Amino acid sequence: MTSLEMIPVLEKMFRFQWEEAQQSYVLLYPEGMVKLNGPAGEILSLVDGKRNLTQIIDLLMEKYPQAEGLNDDVLAFIDDAIKQHWIRG
Amino acid sequence: MSGSCQGKPSSLPEPPSHGQPLWLLAELTYKCPLQCPYCSNPKDFADFSEELTTQEWIKVFEEGRKLGAVQLGFSGGEPLVRQDLSVLIKAARDLGYYTNLITSGVGLSERKVAEFRDAGLDHIQVSFQASDETVNNMLAGSQKAFQQKLKMAREVKAQGYPMVLNFVTHRHNIDQIDRIIELCVELEADYVELATCQYYGWAFENRQQLMPTRAQLERAERITNEYRAKLAAAGNPIKLIFVTPDYYEERPKGCMNGWGQVFLTVTPDGQALPCHSARMLPIEFPNVREHTLDHIWNESFGFNHFRGYEWMKEPCLSCDEKEKDFGGCRCQAYMMTGDAHNTDPVCSKSPNHDMILQARAEAEAPATEPLLYRNERNSRVFCKG
Repeated sequence: MTSLEMIPVLEKMFRFQWEEAQQSYVLLYPEGMVKLNGPAGEILSLVDGKRNLTQIIDLLMEKYPQAEGLNDDVLAFIDDAIKQHWIRG
Repeated sequence: MSGSCQGKPSSLPEPPSHGQPLWLLAELTYKCPLQCPYCSNPKDFADFSEELTTQEWIKVFEEGRKLGAVQLGFSGGEPLVRQDLSVLIKAARDLGYYTNLITSGVGLSERKVAEFRDAGLDHIQVSFQASDETVNNMLAGSQKAFQQKLKMAREVKAQGYPMVLNFVTHRHNIDQIDRIIELCVELEADYVELATCQYYGWAFENRQQLMPTRAQLERAERITNEYRAKLAAAGNPIKLIFVTPDYYEERPKGCMNGWGQVFLTVTPDGQALPCHSARMLPIEFPNVREHTLDHIWNESFGFNHFRGYEWMKEPCLSCDEKEKDFGGCRCQAYMMTGDAHNTDPVCSKSPNHDMILQARAEAEAPATEPLLYRNERNSRVFCKG
């Protein structure tokens, strides 16, 4: 289980940016692109190599006070993103 | 929506639907220090020497970005031949592109790798001809190529780039696939493209000398799968991409994800194409010197020609798989049958499928002709003017 203290960092294989034409955040890598869904994009936009998961979750809660189960959703996404080699802890 | 007054007049049908040109391939030059006999450049490349200027390229990049293009490949020929490459990389990166340099590594240096990094280059793909120095140099038509490639691949990784290594495989190197993979692991590639040769351009001329047998191919695929399992178990994130040749398939590939759907190539002299082979087709394609990319992508005859399904002939037209493979490759249909509207002969439903069976049979025989190398002298033979 991923710890809330973990500081996620984007793998250097990837570039993260907002794509106007896609109206979404994307991960770019050699000759390819992952179009991120809304929540995934919001989480990754806060991954800066300095914030830990608690801080990321706090920021998301400020932005989306109505959202339920944010903790679990963020942790599940981070686990998946590590498996995909998008980020490392 | 209903009612007859809301649409356009019926005499002006809407062009078939299409996506955004997510992939922009900038073929900066046809010049190349190597002479690979499977080069996908047109055989008559020596006819097209009026290269776009720096400013003309930057205009193309700006217009492409507005259309939604996000991946930009610098290709050729050998793109390193262009003295303004750093300027072009910087302009593209500033526009928000993910920038890919697709190079043979010949002409690269430690200093240039650093200079491109500073300009914002995201990724370098180095192509090899073989894992073996002699075979590599024989295919490249250069005695120094292999050592230079090794050195540059190491430099690319040392300077922190993601690296893709590309090996075009064929009957002369496919049996060394294990050594190719080992070399890629040693060089710490992030992705490896084991691309079985596709028979366009120069490769079509050399098909009999290049095409592997089915047994060679199956062995290579099996070994690749074994390495995938072994490397994954060892926690190595390297990705091995095995591109099967369509000549051994019974259904054609969904070429380019459909004509004019995601891919746009611009040739050294500014011709815009829906794929890098399409220059051979008897269709007039627009030039970026005369038209905007917006017009080219959305309105030009060349880009709309094979969009949708209206253009199809039988057996494609009534085929329930047409939305999956779009009838296959237009260039292959043209090269082999003389009519680009025909079903790709790879399809076993094609009345011309025996041409593919014939090529498979030829692959079983030893190669007899010498390889025809891709160079300016040989290209002149194919030039019209």
